[in-house]
Amino acid sequence: MVGATAPARQDAGVRAERTDEPVLATVTFTVNGQRRDLELDTRTSLLDAAREHLHLTGSKKGCDHGQCGACTMIVDGRRINACLTLAIMHQGAEIVTIEGLGQPDNLHPMQAAFVRHDGYQCGYCTPGQICSGVAVLEEIRAGIPSHVTADLGAAPQVTEAEIRERMSGNICRCGAYSNIVEAMTEVAEARA
Amino acid sequence: MKFDTPAGPNPIDRLKVVGRPTDRIDGKSKTTGTAPYAYERHDVAPDAAYGYVLGAGIAKGRVRRIDTASARQAPGVIAIVTTLDTPRIERGVMNVAYLFGGDVIQHYHQAIAVVVAETFEQARAASFLVEVDYAPEAGAFDLAEAAKSAAPVPADSGEGSGGNGEERVGDFEGAFAQAPVTLDATYTTADESHAMMEPHATVAAWDGDRVTLWTANQMIGWGHGSIAKMLGLPKEKVRLDAPYVGGGFGGKLFVRADAVLAALAAKAAGRPVKVALTRPLIANNTTHRPATIQRVRIGATRDGTITAIAHESVSGNLPDGDPETAVNQTKLLYAGANRLTAMKLARLDLPEGNAMRAPGEAPGLAVLEVAMDEMAEKLGLDPVAFRIRNDTQVDPNQPDRPFSHRDLVGCLTLGAERFGWAKRNPRPGQVRDGQWLVGLGMAAAFRNNMVMKSGARVRLDGSGTVTVETDMTDIGTGSYTIIAQTAAEMMGVPLDRVVVRLGDSDFPVSSGSGGQFGANSSTAGVYAACVRLREAVAQKLGFNATDAVFEDGAVRSGNRAIPLAEAAAGGALVAEDTIEFGKISKAQQQSTFGAHFVEVGVDVDTAEIRVRRMLAVCAAGRILNPKSARSQVIGGMVMGTGAALMEELAVDAKRGFFANHDLAGYEVPVHADIPHQEVIFLDEVDPMSSPMKAKGVGELGISGIAAAVANAIYNAVGIRVRDYPITLDKLLDRMPDAA
Repeated sequence: MVGATAPARQDAGVRAERTDEPVLATVTFTVNGQRRDLELDTRTSLLDAAREHLHLTGSKKGCDHGQCGACTMIVDGRRINACLTLAIMHQGAEIVTIEGLGQPDNLHPMQAAFVRHDGYQCGYCTPGQICSGVAVLEEIRAGIPSHVTADLGAAPQVTEAEIRERMSGNICRCGAYSNIVEAMTEVAEARA
Repeated sequence: MKFDTPAGPNPIDRLKVVGRPTDRIDGKSKTTGTAPYAYERHDVAPDAAYGYVLGAGIAKGRVRRIDTASARQAPGVIAIVTTLDTPRIERGVMNVAYLFGGDVIQHYHQAIAVVVAETFEQARAASFLVEVDYAPEAGAFDLAEAAKSAAPVPADSGEGSGGNGEERVGDFEGAFAQAPVTLDATYTTADESHAMMEPHATVAAWDGDRVTLWTANQMIGWGHGSIAKMLGLPKEKVRLDAPYVGGGFGGKLFVRADAVLAALAAKAAGRPVKVALTRPLIANNTTHRPATIQRVRIGATRDGTITAIAHESVSGNLPDGDPETAVNQTKLLYAGANRLTAMKLARLDLPEGNAMRAPGEAPGLAVLEVAMDEMAEKLGLDPVAFRIRNDTQVDPNQPDRPFSHRDLVGCLTLGAERFGWAKRNPRPGQVRDGQWLVGLGMAAAFRNNMVMKSGARVRLDGSGTVTVETDMTDIGTGSYTIIAQTAAEMMGVPLDRVVVRLGDSDFPVSSGSGGQFGANSSTAGVYAACVRLREAVAQKLGFNATDAVFEDGAVRSGNRAIPLAEAAAGGALVAEDTIEFGKISKAQQQSTFGAHFVEVGVDVDTAEIRVRRMLAVCAAGRILNPKSARSQVIGGMVMGTGAALMEELAVDAKRGFFANHDLAGYEVPVHADIPHQEVIFLDEVDPMSSPMKAKGVGELGISGIAAAVANAIYNAVGIRVRDYPITLDKLLDRMPDAA
């Protein structure tokens, strides 16, 4: 039911007047603590739902293919590439975007650490790096291992190697990696 | 303000604000996602329709027919503009290929249509219904093949360090033939993609016969004139605005198809249209750093004094395109009485080659500095000592022309000391750390300091706030912050009393961002405007401008002090000026210098290469903000590490395009590829460069780093790979025994 020519079905929340008209569906989820009801073309990615429909443009479109990480959001506690998932797949989800982590007058500790360590340059990958960074520290805390976790039986630690491995889905072409690792390490240490 | 004598003492020297590692003033906007990039301007164009760009499916030939009938019937479609409906549009500044219009296809993924619809999904779906009939033609796509008939480059290439295609000093061939120790080696560098994170994007809106483009562009002045020319409008009817640009690296120096198509589509649709190039279009639709084939010959006496040095390069481009000026640093970096540099340009029908971060020096030093490593080994000399022995304080081509300030030796010696270079085993393949063979490598960094005319307007209002307006861009370079620091220093106010507004063509024309000229030039323009504002303030308050001191939010002279804001009590004071650089900028050679040191590990079994440590020492005049300047340097080091280890646009030499045209196929460094990086700036000023006494650092970091990585790999495993990128397959069958 996601194709432009999908036949009309009168299911709840789905309607299509012409066979070649976009199939629309309603979806309800929570974004940054606020309930949002949207009627969307079913082809709309979660990223475009945020950027084009909710005007939450903090999440960036760098590739639209899940190759760069600029669109990273935290959905039900886990980071995902919002460009690789359709909005209608997230009925009832709790979604946090960069705007929900903090605002200029009330920065999240990770945002403040990025500013302090100059963990960005052009700023375009930055919201994705920060969302990913926040979620990575949670993943480590939850005991989820990574490719570089030596002992799968032991709790993973916040090491530079763990951070670099887990953050490698977030490309920064300006090359702020060294500073981002320092920002994340500082946040992790402050919380420990 | 004309800058034609060396800068004397001035208010910047106080360094109360300038020279401090201040957090970026745009940091909160960027880290909260509230900084608006081009495609996100719901605030200015809430009703924008969506344009989706189609790229040509052939590399060369003609478009015979474009059938849009089905697409026009598709839901939500508002307009379709095709290249066949549009007369060929003139090129803008620095464009080599034509961007749109007419039936001629010059390169793969050249824009041929834009489909405009109510939603992105509709525009994309409708674009798939457009049918195109081509008349393809054969083209030249293989550099090695085309190089055989490449023509010498006759005149000033205008890029990189500038200069002529062929230059000779003394008798290179004679001296090389007589030199007791010689090297003659040929290397290749790959086609590379800027791959900036923000795709080229524009929102265009017409108001009658006036058009505004919110766009991603590094050079607003050029773009403004270009768009006016391309659309056949007087400049007064065109406005460009780019307050935030998500990376450029040279790829956004000029207007690209997104801007042209947004403007045409908005006109056709009768409402604002926004267009972003999809990621898979970018590598072939836009520009890239051209691949090179370079030959270096060095002859030296047995004590390591270079007597002959030659650097030749061949690269390819479309007709009217320039060469990659890979030989240029070789004119200036080392001494040697007999010299030859030459470039050839092959005709290729691949996408347009153009400037990418440190054009010339990035691939040029990637080669020259490996050749220097090879030569040092032949001579039995330490690579650092070999470079120091051949330092020059004058332009070797014109010995009466000194460098304005050159401390390459200082960079090399401090770097060697800090990195622990003395512990390096000069015999390759000897150092083992568990699974890894470990090697150390180094290279010199060099990039000229170019300067560009740059203007700014400054306003003091009754609240004591200083507002700076200039069309300068911040593409991640830190322009917002260093411009604020400059204005704060000049006007004697804290940083938070300065507001900086950038990237709008309604503001005075600046240097723009490119060629590492932006920081020094644009802040010098702000300095000039602030000098004018200080004069206006002094006059208003009854001070003599020459002895008035602006500090702590007040203006003082003798025992009189008046709050700065009082000068604007009766209305804002506004001053505007432009810094223009006179003959002084050419009288002496202005360059920036550095030394890179790298440690790598190479897996004894798999030949996987890991960079373990990196240090750069830089000598680049006054550093305006050590925090953001350091980021520029480490960023350059990351990109150059990519060039060394992974970046290569793979040419499909049959079909004539770059096959790996997305971020999965075109690999760039990720977090796991990059270790902690160290940068040291030598404490220096260069009064010949500008009143700021600063020079560029944005491209110095990428210059030489690829060679340092390559040399470290050689030291680790004893395999000299002369074809970038150095991927593990080029090592694997030659690895030393893992015993």
